[in-house]
Amino acid sequence: MITVQNLHKKFAANTVLNGIDMQIEKGQSMAIIGGSGTGKSVLLKCILGLETHDSGKIFINGEESSKLDKNKFLSNFGMLFQNAALFDSLSVWKNVAFRLTQGPNKIPEKQAKDIAIEKLRRVGLTPDVGDKFPAELSGGMQKRVGLARAIAANPEIIFFDEPTTGLDPIMSGVINELIREIVVEMGATAMTITHDMSSVRAIADKVIMLHNGRVQWSGDIKELEKSQNPYLNQFLKGNAEGPIEAVR
Amino acid sequence: MKVFNKLLRSIGSSVLAFCSSVGRIVIFALNAILHLVRPPFYGREVLSQLMQIGFYSLPVVGLTALFTGAALALQIYSGGVRFSAESVVPSIVAIGMVRELGPVLGGLMVAGRVSSSIAAELGTMRVTEQLDALVTLSTDPMKYLVAPRVLAATIAMPILVAVGDTIGILGGYLVGTGRLGFNSNNYLQNTVDFMELEDITSGLAKAAVFGFIIALMGCYHGYNSGRGAQGVGKATINAVVSASVMILAANYVLTEAFF
Repeated sequence: MITVQNLHKKFAANTVLNGIDMQIEKGQSMAIIGGSGTGKSVLLKCILGLETHDSGKIFINGEESSKLDKNKFLSNFGMLFQNAALFDSLSVWKNVAFRLTQGPNKIPEKQAKDIAIEKLRRVGLTPDVGDKFPAELSGGMQKRVGLARAIAANPEIIFFDEPTTGLDPIMSGVINELIREIVVEMGATAMTITHDMSSVRAIADKVIMLHNGRVQWSGDIKELEKSQNPYLNQFLKGNAEGPIEAVR
Repeated sequence: MKVFNKLLRSIGSSVLAFCSSVGRIVIFALNAILHLVRPPFYGREVLSQLMQIGFYSLPVVGLTALFTGAALALQIYSGGVRFSAESVVPSIVAIGMVRELGPVLGGLMVAGRVSSSIAAELGTMRVTEQLDALVTLSTDPMKYLVAPRVLAATIAMPILVAVGDTIGILGGYLVGTGRLGFNSNNYLQNTVDFMELEDITSGLAKAAVFGFIIALMGCYHGYNSGRGAQGVGKATINAVVSASVMILAANYVLTEAFF
């Protein structure tokens, strides 16, 4: 379970998070939506400890994140980055098995490779892809490899940062389906940042909309379309007119 | 008065920016050193970087040393002949290469090749979120990327310079015997006779320091690279320029120390 209490974050004079409160229950899939620059990625980075928040608290399974051992804390997480963020200098299987082959709990390379190949299969890639390098793969295949890497160590919590950005609608659908299947299958807690409403509908149980560094709306996926919240409606319909100022 | 104030303000902010950069570099360097002595160690990364930094820099260092040694022999001869001191050519070529030109020119050439490459690699990793990905995979980028590069460059540079010195002396020998009419045996004898152990150790110590500077500057600027292609480009330029200037400054300080 992830709990965020009154989280604030500023970059110089720019307030990005202005008192975020949210909670993701264990095994729940939460989507965070909102326009560009509303603080979605910063929120995710604060939870992961990649950015330091100015004030507020983050609890992971009831324990305050800043008091947890960083390695132990991060071992609970898997993360799919916006552009996959695969390591160029490593082959695909080494990317997938990275966490398994580093640190105090590393396992033999042969065993790690077997797990990596299995995870690649799980995301629909054949074993021969394992020996290729990321630069040899298409965008969709890189996303799948990123997904395989995120789930390689069977994390309890998985974050997806814009999982369908840059993909065609069909590939987006495939990735959305894969994410949903994997999250359900693993029983993982998931948090997805996206602009893509088809992703939200496919992946999420619960949705939060951020605007101006605050939670503007939160609710069940079933309530999304029925909501009368003007910010949410404008975002869903993609209207230029409404409470969210659009720069022309 | 307004112009004067503006000038003072500009100088003040530049000095502050410089001091703050120096502070950040020192903290980064201390952090890198700390990660060198604290486990886990990434031995495979160190070996891979030794190949990248050391082995693949051999051609550029070797060629630089060869031509420098050859030119040095000609210059010393043309100066020496004015007061009948042509016989000092072998010893001055050797001492000049080992104490000064080998480490400094080798360092500058490696700075151009390695600092830029490290800064571009780490900068691209920063821009494409690969550094963040490392953190989420419970791996400290300082330990996995920075420490192995700094260690490898500090080990590789003295080896490179030792090879470069030898090739530089060979360049002087080829010109001395082939063009200036020195007897081969006498040339070699003069080269060895006047060389002291301190000449060699001071040159190699300089090389180790330069290696540390080269990798540190590449890592620092790449690690703190700005966004986009422009950010990576700027990081690369800053890495090469700062490494080169620091090598020349450190060279003076070390030369004073070994004087």
